[in-house]
Amino acid sequence: MLKRNTALRNDLTGYAFISPFVIGFLAFTLIPMFISLYLSFTSYNLFSAPRWIGLDNFVKMFTGDPKYMNSLRVTFLYVFVGVPLRLMFALFIAMLLNNGSRLIGTYRTLFYLPSIIGGSVAVSIMWRNIFGSEGIVNSALIAIGLGPVSWFGDPNAALGMLVTLSVWQFGSSMLIFLAGLKNISPEMYEAAGVDGAGPARRFFRITLPLLSPIILFNLIMQTISAFMTFVPAYIISKGEGGPMDGTMLYSLYLFRQAFMFNNMGYASAMAWVMLIIVGIMTAVLFFVSKYWVFYESEGGR
Amino acid sequence: MAWKTIKWPVYHLFAIALAVLMLYPVLWMLMSSFKESRLIFVTAESLLPDKWVWSNYADGWKGTAGYPFMTYIWNSLVIVVLSTIGAVLSSSLIAFGFARLSFRGRNLWFALMMVTLMLPHDVVLVPQYVIFTKLGWLNSIAPIVVPQFFGIPFFIFLMVQFIRTIPRELDEAATIDGCGKLRLYARIILPLLRSSLATAAIFSFYWRWEDLLGPVLYLNSPDKYTVSMALKMFLDSESTSNWGAMFAMSIVSLVPVIALFFAFQKHIVQGMATSGLKG
Repeated sequence: MLKRNTALRNDLTGYAFISPFVIGFLAFTLIPMFISLYLSFTSYNLFSAPRWIGLDNFVKMFTGDPKYMNSLRVTFLYVFVGVPLRLMFALFIAMLLNNGSRLIGTYRTLFYLPSIIGGSVAVSIMWRNIFGSEGIVNSALIAIGLGPVSWFGDPNAALGMLVTLSVWQFGSSMLIFLAGLKNISPEMYEAAGVDGAGPARRFFRITLPLLSPIILFNLIMQTISAFMTFVPAYIISKGEGGPMDGTMLYSLYLFRQAFMFNNMGYASAMAWVMLIIVGIMTAVLFFVSKYWVFYESEGGR
Repeated sequence: MAWKTIKWPVYHLFAIALAVLMLYPVLWMLMSSFKESRLIFVTAESLLPDKWVWSNYADGWKGTAGYPFMTYIWNSLVIVVLSTIGAVLSSSLIAFGFARLSFRGRNLWFALMMVTLMLPHDVVLVPQYVIFTKLGWLNSIAPIVVPQFFGIPFFIFLMVQFIRTIPRELDEAATIDGCGKLRLYARIILPLLRSSLATAAIFSFYWRWEDLLGPVLYLNSPDKYTVSMALKMFLDSESTSNWGAMFAMSIVSLVPVIALFFAFQKHIVQGMATSGLKG
């Protein structure tokens, strides 16, 4: 009896402490998710009651809305080009900084700075202007003989502008890589050096395998966040997703459907498809990771 | 042998060149904000202004849409401060519960929290908007601020990781001295958690200060607009080609972010690195 009372008391205390999360989770995540699931099968414009239309939203998405298919294509391009480039850059800089120099702290700060300010409207405005027809990027391209690029006329170039902005913010992946590199003992490299392994061999045989769990973590987190990118596309295209829908990332199209055209049902259906895509991508990354991620000590994770 | 002596100079030269290349856009915007508006793109190739002018700052400071820029800064600060207090306080309470108390269903709730951490926000965007509309919260800061008082998964995770490194002997000693759980949290754990609280507060500041989607969705009248919204308004009226004022206020909006970064970079770097590694 006494024992049961303590157990109950423990439960009550525990739930008292986590109650903000429990309430918030129900009110701002779980219940909204159910509402969103329901709305995805309806036609709803916020002003009149939702009208049940079954799978029509989903059917329309994949058969009757070229703009949607285009936004899917643009987003996949953005994710599959941007994320690997960003991670490669992050790893390259992290390796560059992983030595005994006293200036490392300063360099780390400088290379991380873009990531700190990267999500702001100010930086998107800046990006818009350095890529303008008279901007410094075109000046540089002309100087090295590559000629001016019409960043705001060509949809692919415009997407490239978004990708460079995302690569520019490699800082948080870099910090995580740097912390991982510090955990690799120098003796490993010394031993490999004695055995005659060159820098390339050491990179592929020591650095990459030992870093692979961290690469996986970065890959998953960056893929998810890249898939949800909104602010740069919204600001750089002034909310239009142009030119010719070249910067119409998924989140931007969803935003426009929901809040410019009041197609709340359609936007909810889009959100669920996005959730499923992100879920599948994460699952695939985890599944494939068995073949390339190396865990130094089993059960270390 | 020659390589040994030039290795470090070459290294530093390369690192500095790369850093300059990366930060050049920011420098360019900073310098452009001191150029006359009409000259910004005419002299885009030269970094330094021929003549330094402050008029862009004076211009921008006058604001847009009939309100001085200070109004937008004030609106942003109100949101940031309330949100940060709410996020940090609630997250630390929740983290204490997860890290130190044992109760039935704890692992389930912790798992749900981790799932929420990865959940694409877009899924709840529309229903949240519908709910907040029905509650009559449109055109107020409530939809932006109130959810912050229910814990932020990233912060909870960060703090749980930190609390787990605090020796449990401290808790036991305090409990023997008759300390209840709430006092244990307030008197023992919270003071030790200072660095995590600071990290969470800084990230919260960044996210709310830079937030655009929240204000775009929920604030409709310019007197309530935040700095991000003010910059967006500058951009929307860009055709008037007053780039100078837009750049100047962009720089102003970045000043608190960069200042905070330099003041607390140790917290930020550690927060990023540990949360990442233990993920």
